[in-house]
Amino acid sequence: MMEEAREGSLSVSAQTIRVTEAVRDGDALTFIVISQKLSGSGEYHVARTHEDFQWLQQCLFSQEVVPGILGVIFPPLPAKPQLNAPAKVLKQLGFLAMGEDWRMYCMALETYLQQVAAHTTLSKNKCLENFLTSSEPPGRQRVRKGIFNRLSQAMEGMRKEGHKDVDDFFQTERDNNLTLTGCSKSATERFIDVVLTEQKLAVACGHFSTALHLCVEQEEDSAVLAFSNGSVPMIKNYRPLHALICVKLSEVIDSIKRNFESVAENNLSTLGLGLDLESRCQEAEKEMLYRRTCKLVELETASRNAERAKPVKKAAMDELKVAAEKEFDHVSGVAKQEIARFHSTHVELLRQALILWCEKQLETARDTSFRYSQHLQAFKGLGE
Amino acid sequence: QLEEEKDEDSFDMEVAVTNPEKIGKEYFFLTIFELMNRTFSVWRRFSDFLGLYEKLSVKHSLNGCIIPPPPEKSVVGMTKVKVGKDDSSSADFVERRRAALERYLQRVVCHPSLLQDPDVREFLERDELPRAVGTHTLSGAGFLKMINRASDAVSKMTIKISDSDAWFDNKLQEVESEELQLRKLHAVVDSLVNHRKELCGNTAVFAKSMAMLGNSEDNTALSRALSQLAEVEDKMETLHQEQAASDFFILAELLADYIRLLGAVRGCFEQRMKTWQRWQEAQSTLQKKREVEAKLLWANKPDKLQQAKEEITEWEGKVTQYERDFDRISVTVRKEFLRFEKQKSKDFKSQIVKYLESLLQSQQRHVKFWEAFLPEAKAIA
Repeated sequence: MMEEAREGSLSVSAQTIRVTEAVRDGDALTFIVISQKLSGSGEYHVARTHEDFQWLQQCLFSQEVVPGILGVIFPPLPAKPQLNAPAKVLKQLGFLAMGEDWRMYCMALETYLQQVAAHTTLSKNKCLENFLTSSEPPGRQRVRKGIFNRLSQAMEGMRKEGHKDVDDFFQTERDNNLTLTGCSKSATERFIDVVLTEQKLAVACGHFSTALHLCVEQEEDSAVLAFSNGSVPMIKNYRPLHALICVKLSEVIDSIKRNFESVAENNLSTLGLGLDLESRCQEAEKEMLYRRTCKLVELETASRNAERAKPVKKAAMDELKVAAEKEFDHVSGVAKQEIARFHSTHVELLRQALILWCEKQLETARDTSFRYSQHLQAFKGLGE
Repeated sequence: QLEEEKDEDSFDMEVAVTNPEKIGKEYFFLTIFELMNRTFSVWRRFSDFLGLYEKLSVKHSLNGCIIPPPPEKSVVGMTKVKVGKDDSSSADFVERRRAALERYLQRVVCHPSLLQDPDVREFLERDELPRAVGTHTLSGAGFLKMINRASDAVSKMTIKISDSDAWFDNKLQEVESEELQLRKLHAVVDSLVNHRKELCGNTAVFAKSMAMLGNSEDNTALSRALSQLAEVEDKMETLHQEQAASDFFILAELLADYIRLLGAVRGCFEQRMKTWQRWQEAQSTLQKKREVEAKLLWANKPDKLQQAKEEITEWEGKVTQYERDFDRISVTVRKEFLRFEKQKSKDFKSQIVKYLESLLQSQQRHVKFWEAFLPEAKAIA
């Protein structure tokens, strides 16, 4: 696609954005972000820290000029990893902390960027262009906190979250979202437990295999080889056969170990990642719905104030009410679109994760099955 | 002195021990054995099996025979595996006991000398056996303690019999180091079994959470797929459960059996040492008697001399007898050891084949589950 980058639109192709690796530099991680130019004339390579990602997220939040921005479901940014506390990191990041060299975490960052770049409104933000293309790290200057002052929201959260909606569509969506947020979080955590146990099993198999090797003394290794070539008679000494059994059994255990490692890896990189993303996206929707609910409360307050206002203040109160109404309508309008888009992407996301998961596990299962049947044949023929 | 090993598997009797039933106030196991295409069966108590061991042990261990050790009485023997509930009504406990009794009896009837033993015959043929007494010391930890005490006593005497005894020395060392290795392996397999059980638990909980997620989902095809996923995970849990049982009943119990069998083998070697010692002591007693005779000759006491001569004759007889005993037990121990090694390789090989077969079967079912799920995942729209 030979499109010219227009003012306020992204000059790179959203699907080509990659976070290829994480480089550890003392206490900090730097991520390499690569994206292809829309014009087809090459690619951008930049190095970004988590602070840079946070800066981007803040920029996106601060777009006050866009009407109804509060109704946008913002792609969720994974939390900053705590590098020096592996146990804490696992608790904090779940699946994203697993896998070698922060691979899962990089994929989550990649998904985040792709989601932002694919969003019709968010992709127009100059900060994104800056983030992806500028060779200098984006300004670390503090961005105005703007409307997303989370702290105060959290304090009032309890009261407003359950506030009854005026629109059935939204009430239903809020109820469903609440359930789904809880379910997906729970499913993700349970799946982490499964994967951790599979990894433990792989380690235990490793110990088993090692212990079997220790059973075969050094001078027997050559005897084992001679025996397996059929050149040592077995009448008076069964030790070579016994040693051979140990060696062959350890090969079996190695296969079992490899199977667990593959199964865990497949779980991690497909369904695990998918469930994690699903869970965070549901949270993002929850936050959007909450913001809208807050606007609803504001509107209802403004309406009440306008009704009760004394003639002196009436005009001013009415103006405020009209403004609140307008804002609320904008937010609701954007929210409805976002919700529709969210529903279809969420289904697509899970669909892809499930298919990929199944395909990988099927391939591993077939491989393992084949290997086991080879072992079985080998064992049946032992010592014959 | 190198004997050719004769093939002594003239008949192979197969035995089976099936699930216990309550007859009157006691539990009995139906013990079935097949010989020359005929099948016989009798009802036996757990204590009957222990009683058989006691009788065989009394008669044959002095010959250097490797008597198969009795089954474990308690659930908590060498294993830290939680076998279901720790009470005797749990299915795992019953299965474990049943399988152990079967393996024990199979080993007894495979032994050519033991099979001829009248007590074994009685065990297999008599309709009702009187209750065995005093068997509580004999199973599990009690048995091992007995063996270990005996071996401690023997190892305290550092005896080197002769150079031609190198074979026995070597083999005893091999047995001791193998016992250690098997203990290590057993501990490792134990932890494997425990992890698998943990995986069962985690899988079941995960399946439930996926079912809930599926129920909350609006999109019909996605909801369906998630519910199917929950079902697949439930089936996996069953497979994990079966595999854990396989790990345990096939591998762990094999190792446990052989740890105890190696104890019994050690017992034989020690028995031989005792026999040698008895011969040596008799020789030294004979020597002392001869010295007494010489003194009496010198002192000229004819009445005591007669007695001394009688004692010398007696002890000469004993020395000859004990030497013959030592030779005989050496032959037996050697033969028994070779038979044991052959049987051990056979046992390990056949159990591992069994394990692999269960592993393979389980794995093939895994493949089928994934094949069935794939179209469900693809059907999501």
